[in-house]
Amino acid sequence: MTALLDVAGLTANYGDFQALFGVDLTLNAGETVAIIGANGAGKTTLMRAITGIVRTASGTISLDGTTISRRAAPEVLLSGVAMVPEGRKLFPSLSVEENLLIGAHARKVAGPWTLDAVYDLFPILRERRLSPGTALSGGQQQMVAIGRALMSNPRVLLCDEISLGLAPVIIRDIYAAVPKIKASGASMIVVEQDIGQALKIADRVYCMMEGRVTLTGTPATLSRQAIHDAYFGVSA
Amino acid sequence: MIWLDTLVQGILLGGLYALFAAGLSLVFGIMRLVNLAHGDLIVLAAYLILGVMGALGLHPFIAVLIAAPVMFCLGWLLQTYVLNRVLGEDILPPLLVTFGLSVVIQNGLLESFSANSQKLAAGAIESQSLQFGPIAMGVMPLLTLASAVVVIFALNQLFYRTALGRAFRATSDDTTTAQLMGIYPNRIFAMATGIALVVATIAALYLGTRANFDPSIGPARLLYAFEAVIIGGLGSLWGTLAGGIVIGVAQAFGAAINPEWQILSGHIAFVLVLLLRPRGLFPRAND
Repeated sequence: MTALLDVAGLTANYGDFQALFGVDLTLNAGETVAIIGANGAGKTTLMRAITGIVRTASGTISLDGTTISRRAAPEVLLSGVAMVPEGRKLFPSLSVEENLLIGAHARKVAGPWTLDAVYDLFPILRERRLSPGTALSGGQQQMVAIGRALMSNPRVLLCDEISLGLAPVIIRDIYAAVPKIKASGASMIVVEQDIGQALKIADRVYCMMEGRVTLTGTPATLSRQAIHDAYFGVSA
Repeated sequence: MIWLDTLVQGILLGGLYALFAAGLSLVFGIMRLVNLAHGDLIVLAAYLILGVMGALGLHPFIAVLIAAPVMFCLGWLLQTYVLNRVLGEDILPPLLVTFGLSVVIQNGLLESFSANSQKLAAGAIESQSLQFGPIAMGVMPLLTLASAVVVIFALNQLFYRTALGRAFRATSDDTTTAQLMGIYPNRIFAMATGIALVVATIAALYLGTRANFDPSIGPARLLYAFEAVIIGGLGSLWGTLAGGIVIGVAQAFGAAINPEWQILSGHIAFVLVLLLRPRGLFPRAND
């Protein structure tokens, strides 16, 4: 069986600075994969490379066997890869509802995710639907960002640091939605600095450090010590 | 009563300035691009209407229906093949390119149509007026103001009620995140400039029927348009209408005191508004 998303030997640079060194990663249909790692490990760069925002230097990214690594970002979205970007990045000029609708602006495919389905997932957004997106609390903004990505009914959903800067109780609320999103059939990559949260929801885990994947495995097989070492770069 | 008449004539004149400014305001609002060739593009549209009238023997109000889609295509091509290449973090390259474009259009028109002044002859309607009590209003100035209101209303509807408008606003907020929504910013910008030049063509209709024009008058139209946009507040379309009217009224009162003061009065009003409300009358909250 070929993986739904297959990243092979990916390298990417920011000018002279090489951010990714031959990263390999696979995501199977229906699977949730977590990528953990400290700041600067290359997690966000990897997400931005998959979505076409960052140009890759070498390596391939394929979706269901089709190479998408040379496609422009809008085209990658149309292929079915949507991202919840780091920092949420809601459109300040758009209301909550408009922020959600713009998620389905270009990719209009039938699927489980409609405006109503997103409002059922996050009921508070229905109440706030006419507010400007940026007038919401951080947690609610994160819900909008997740809903906006879901609106395109993506085949692959990338979530970049959805717990960043949020209070623990809010993080719990947001992560409570993950199993429901998973149940809708979405395949997800979740980038997370919070190891505990990542291990709870993931089928498989990749640990990144300094632009390389240093450890992979399932939450059950990875020991705390191994993750700790891969995360902080302490050799055993 | 002379003052009331002056006020009314000033408001009507403001409609023309608002039409000059609406396209500029739209483009600035979406891509933060100040198109220094906007006035010359209006003059170009006026010559296009003139050409269509001459070639097909049409009334200017019909000729504009042919000229507008041509100008839309011109705007789309201009944005796609020229302006999109220079848009970026640095605001200087697009300024220089549109400045160059302004020079090219002026000289191209001068070469093609000479410096002789032209006029779009609209026939009897030009001299008709309606009497409201003691005040007479020209039918053409009334149509100009009405068109300005309709254009600004339509642009607002487009901006706030349609999917395209949503994409305009999203792209204006954040081009990178817009791409994650499957939006191609360059296509959005091309559409915006096309629409701006359709509005410029409507402005050209009233510019050319109201008075004579020649290839050199573009930059002054740009100045009025720019002042109207700034007075109204950057990115606010209704503000642009208000800005046009402020300049129109100031010019009318200046002219009533001394005909030589007409243009100067508009500029003084601009400076006064800037001193009192540096961000304009209706600034956008998130700029």
